[in-house]
Amino acid sequence: MLGINDPGVLLGYLLSIAGLIACVVYGVLNWNKGMETSTEEIQRDLDWEEKDEHIKEDI
Amino acid sequence: MNTFTLGLVVVIYLLVIAYLGYRGYSQTKSAKDYLLAGREIHPFVMAMSYGATFISTSAIIGFGGIAGVYGMGLIWLTALNIIVGVFIAFIFFGRVTRKMGHNLDAHTFPEFLGNRFQSKKIQIISGAVIFISMPLYAAVVLIGGARFIESIFEIDFSLALTFFSIIIAAYVIAGGLKGVMYTDALQGSIMFLSLFFLLIVTYQKLGGVSAAHHALTNMVDMVPDNLKTAGHEGWTVFPKMNSAWWWTLTTNIILGVGVGVLAQPQLVVRFMTVKSNRELNRAVLIGGIFIFVATGFIFTVGALTNVYFHNESGQLAIQFAKGNVDLIIPEYINAAMPEWFVYLFMLALLSAGMSTLSSQFHAMGTSLGRDFIENVFPHKKFNSMMLSKLSIIVAIIISIIIGYKLPGSIIARGTAIFFGVCAAAFLPVYFAALYWKRVTKTAAVWSILSGVVASVFALGFMHAKESEPLGICQALFGKPTLATDFPWMIIDPMVIAMPVSIVVLIAVSLFTQKTSDEHLAKCYHGVK
Repeated sequence: MLGINDPGVLLGYLLSIAGLIACVVYGVLNWNKGMETSTEEIQRDLDWEEKDEHIKEDI
Repeated sequence: MNTFTLGLVVVIYLLVIAYLGYRGYSQTKSAKDYLLAGREIHPFVMAMSYGATFISTSAIIGFGGIAGVYGMGLIWLTALNIIVGVFIAFIFFGRVTRKMGHNLDAHTFPEFLGNRFQSKKIQIISGAVIFISMPLYAAVVLIGGARFIESIFEIDFSLALTFFSIIIAAYVIAGGLKGVMYTDALQGSIMFLSLFFLLIVTYQKLGGVSAAHHALTNMVDMVPDNLKTAGHEGWTVFPKMNSAWWWTLTTNIILGVGVGVLAQPQLVVRFMTVKSNRELNRAVLIGGIFIFVATGFIFTVGALTNVYFHNESGQLAIQFAKGNVDLIIPEYINAAMPEWFVYLFMLALLSAGMSTLSSQFHAMGTSLGRDFIENVFPHKKFNSMMLSKLSIIVAIIISIIIGYKLPGSIIARGTAIFFGVCAAAFLPVYFAALYWKRVTKTAAVWSILSGVVASVFALGFMHAKESEPLGICQALFGKPTLATDFPWMIIDPMVIAMPVSIVVLIAVSLFTQKTSDEHLAKCYHGVK
């Protein structure tokens, strides 16, 4: 196929393309899913991010 | 090559990066609710930012060059990078890491493991392992950029390394560690476009996709006799099963890096800084595309450089590069691409180096300062800002010194060694920390230690590529490697060390005290 005859190499290309398709399909199906809805969880994330900012500021 | 024009292009690029960095910084500073405002990031910006962090000069120059020697079989690494490094990493590791990291107030990978197992010892050991081993990886990323500069300016490698290191160090010290999204996005875009264009022009130059592949297939008779004996059967064919060439490609190059990516400290931290699972979901799509183009395209081009050099000079790519694998891609770009593309590619390598090295230096600096020194001397009052800055400067200096000392053809090997050590030391513990509640603190300590010891033993006494030049085995036992039976002297140290670490983790967990239910509840709070 396209000048490559070795099944080992062709399988590598096919797996790469299959992986790519899986990533795209997963991403499309879940594009808007996964946002935190609980106020408590959002606050916990914000606290963590604020502390992380301080650590980075130190650097 | 016009030195003045290239210099001008680089200076303009650096000014744009500095401007974007300043803009991002001042925007977040002026907005009171910057944390909230920062939560809405355009998917394109996020996409390119991820790409820039993932792909380094090592992947482009080092592994691209490896494809020039081993051929298209390297595409298996692209498959693993996408399936393991993106799909599995983001969905199965990223989501839990993010939530657990926030629950445990962890901000570095060693701190994550330490807090998960309630053990300062684990944090200290992990910090030390990262600080000691990561400079090798940072050094080869620096070498990747330096080899390109060496090739296009035809200057001494040391001078090229000095030049590249100064730019990177200035960027890191001037605030590049903050990893402002917009600078990352620009860098990712430049890398993506460069690699995309590189493949298109390569096929165009070689007469189209099929013609290029056919030409490469037909070069099978040019495989040198010593490589034929080792199992090389051409550049469009996977090496002969169970040959030395096959073991090297599968275990040292594909498996070591393909699996080791899961336990990369600087990428684990990246999961924790993601705003929500939604961003991780989107990153799967975008990361998959980016990695496919960035690695798949450069590996294909790497193999095809043989056709170009054969047509132009009658030589193989490795012969044209005077035996140095790390020079194959730079020599190809310099010889085959239009001048304006050489400028663009220089920016792509600067981008790849800057974005990856900044995250590496961040990881090394925090490992030494926050994870190691602050926990080894808990009663001493350190100025944490000074300690962090000093740690990073030490990390930069060590990495540059190692860069000067390393031999040619080292980029891919150096990367694989670091990935292998990380996989053996951390991957079993990291996976168990996320998914196995029965794992214990004692088992985690012994698993990390056994992974490190087994890696060092395999590198120093078994894997001939390292044990021979190191010479310790020769001095102690009078032979270059203790592995006398094929293929043990060729198999990657990770393949030996990781099973050791897994067995120790499971065995010790079954005989030691469980983690309290209270702490487990805290770790897994909100984990879905």
